[in-house]
Amino acid sequence: MEKAADTDVKRMCGIVGLFLKDPHLEPELGTLVAGMLGTLCDRGPDSAGFAIYGSETSGAIKLTLRAPGDYDFDCLTKQLETTARASVPRVVRHTHMVVTLPLTRETAIRVTLVELAPEVSVVGAGRRMEIFKEIGRPDLVASRFGLPGMTGTHAIGHTRMATESAVTTNGAHPFTTGPDQCLVHNGSLSNHNAVRRELTRHGIAFQTENDSEVAAGYLTWKMREGLSLDRALEASLAALDGFYTFVVGTESGFGVLRDPIACKPAVMAETERWAAFGTEYRALVDLPGIDAARVWEPEPATVYFRERQ
Amino acid sequence: MPTIDLAHTPLRELNATFHRLKFESNETHWRVLNPRGQHAVAVGIDAAILVEIEGHVGYYCAGMNKAATVVINGNAGPGVAENMMSGQVHVKGDVSQAAGATGRGGLLVVDGNAAARCGISMKGIDIVVKGSVGHLSAFMAQAGSLVVLGDAGEALGDSIYEAHLYVGGTVKSLGADCVHKPLQDHHRAELARLLNAGGVKGEIDISRFRRYGSARRLYQFNIDNIGSY
Repeated sequence: MEKAADTDVKRMCGIVGLFLKDPHLEPELGTLVAGMLGTLCDRGPDSAGFAIYGSETSGAIKLTLRAPGDYDFDCLTKQLETTARASVPRVVRHTHMVVTLPLTRETAIRVTLVELAPEVSVVGAGRRMEIFKEIGRPDLVASRFGLPGMTGTHAIGHTRMATESAVTTNGAHPFTTGPDQCLVHNGSLSNHNAVRRELTRHGIAFQTENDSEVAAGYLTWKMREGLSLDRALEASLAALDGFYTFVVGTESGFGVLRDPIACKPAVMAETERWAAFGTEYRALVDLPGIDAARVWEPEPATVYFRERQ
Repeated sequence: MPTIDLAHTPLRELNATFHRLKFESNETHWRVLNPRGQHAVAVGIDAAILVEIEGHVGYYCAGMNKAATVVINGNAGPGVAENMMSGQVHVKGDVSQAAGATGRGGLLVVDGNAAARCGISMKGIDIVVKGSVGHLSAFMAQAGSLVVLGDAGEALGDSIYEAHLYVGGTVKSLGADCVHKPLQDHHRAELARLLNAGGVKGEIDISRFRRYGSARRLYQFNIDNIGSY
């Protein structure tokens, strides 16, 4: 998310992340994350989004598609099945549909989407990651997508208070940075136009004027150049000017990075059963066992990861 | 001893209750339960009471405090005890950024660590941090004292005026116009007084502290005004 440098730095946007260590909590992941997002409605009432890492199917990839309201997903699915030459399992949630495809047909399906359904965008792809985002109050957005019923190992989410670019679904977070990877951002990048031009020359495509999408594009580019995600995050400290807290989701967990002067608030907490991130401690208070959790503020310019080994 | 449970009592009602107290109230000991990270808990108290808060608090806890002693049995978010006038705020855990910001008097004690900008623009408050402080602590600090038993982050005391800084551990870097200064006898006495007030008695060797203050090259220091600080 973005904000102007001369305004109140304290109450703009909210980020949450939850990583479960105890598999017994996995059925509750959606409920817990919906609660965390709901608490941060007052930090970002304009739009919300989340990425959730659930089950996988061997040899398959999941695409999360977003379409305009009242879209005929049945018709689209038939077209995709023709291209896939197989049945395409799908789950429709509000304006989004998650389709599970044979890995070998991903490219063909993407071509079909561009040719036959240009109004549909691919918001995320991966073996386990699904991304949902819409404008509206975060608690309402979460319930429209049925987040409380979702299960998985980990999730990250964002509540947005737009300050620099428009309140649109494309401006909502998370932004995908590659298969099973995405980013949420609280802050404001001041050199995003220059970095966007540079990245465009390297073939990275952008859908919005949003500064956070540039951060996602930067990480995508660095990883394409061969860096690991944590190295790419470290490289972003020098390349991106402004203030930010990034939380990135990966197939195996999530990572956190704050800018060197730590403009944006951040709290982490951990127990034997889970690790969590919140823009504020308030977002974490309903997690099981929070009273006995280790709670701390992440250091600036330091990359933290909580991942399944 | 009155107990207010924020799980059932609105925050405004809690603060309004404190604001209605006479300065020398007969109800001198209060407990606050379930703060759950809420902002502005126990702000603007102007009464000689003890308030114990059980759990972590959000932004600006005990801000503008006068006379009261506020004890937080947990962590505090940004701006704890901001603009404190007098009294004492004691945080048993860690604090986020801008602890004691602009404080004019009283004592802030942090048993754990303080994040960035601890004591920013302090104007007379005394702050004792038993752990370490983050970057840009005591930025534009005008008066009062900051004692850090652990380490200080980057740019300590940037653009400092006449506040007294004492650090027991390492300093990552000093900010503009902040310099190391000798620890004289009256500084040792002040340090001993502050450590004692912060509940650190005897177990700390005062000689390991280093004092930092203004080089007085950045602002218009005039020796005739020294009594104002």
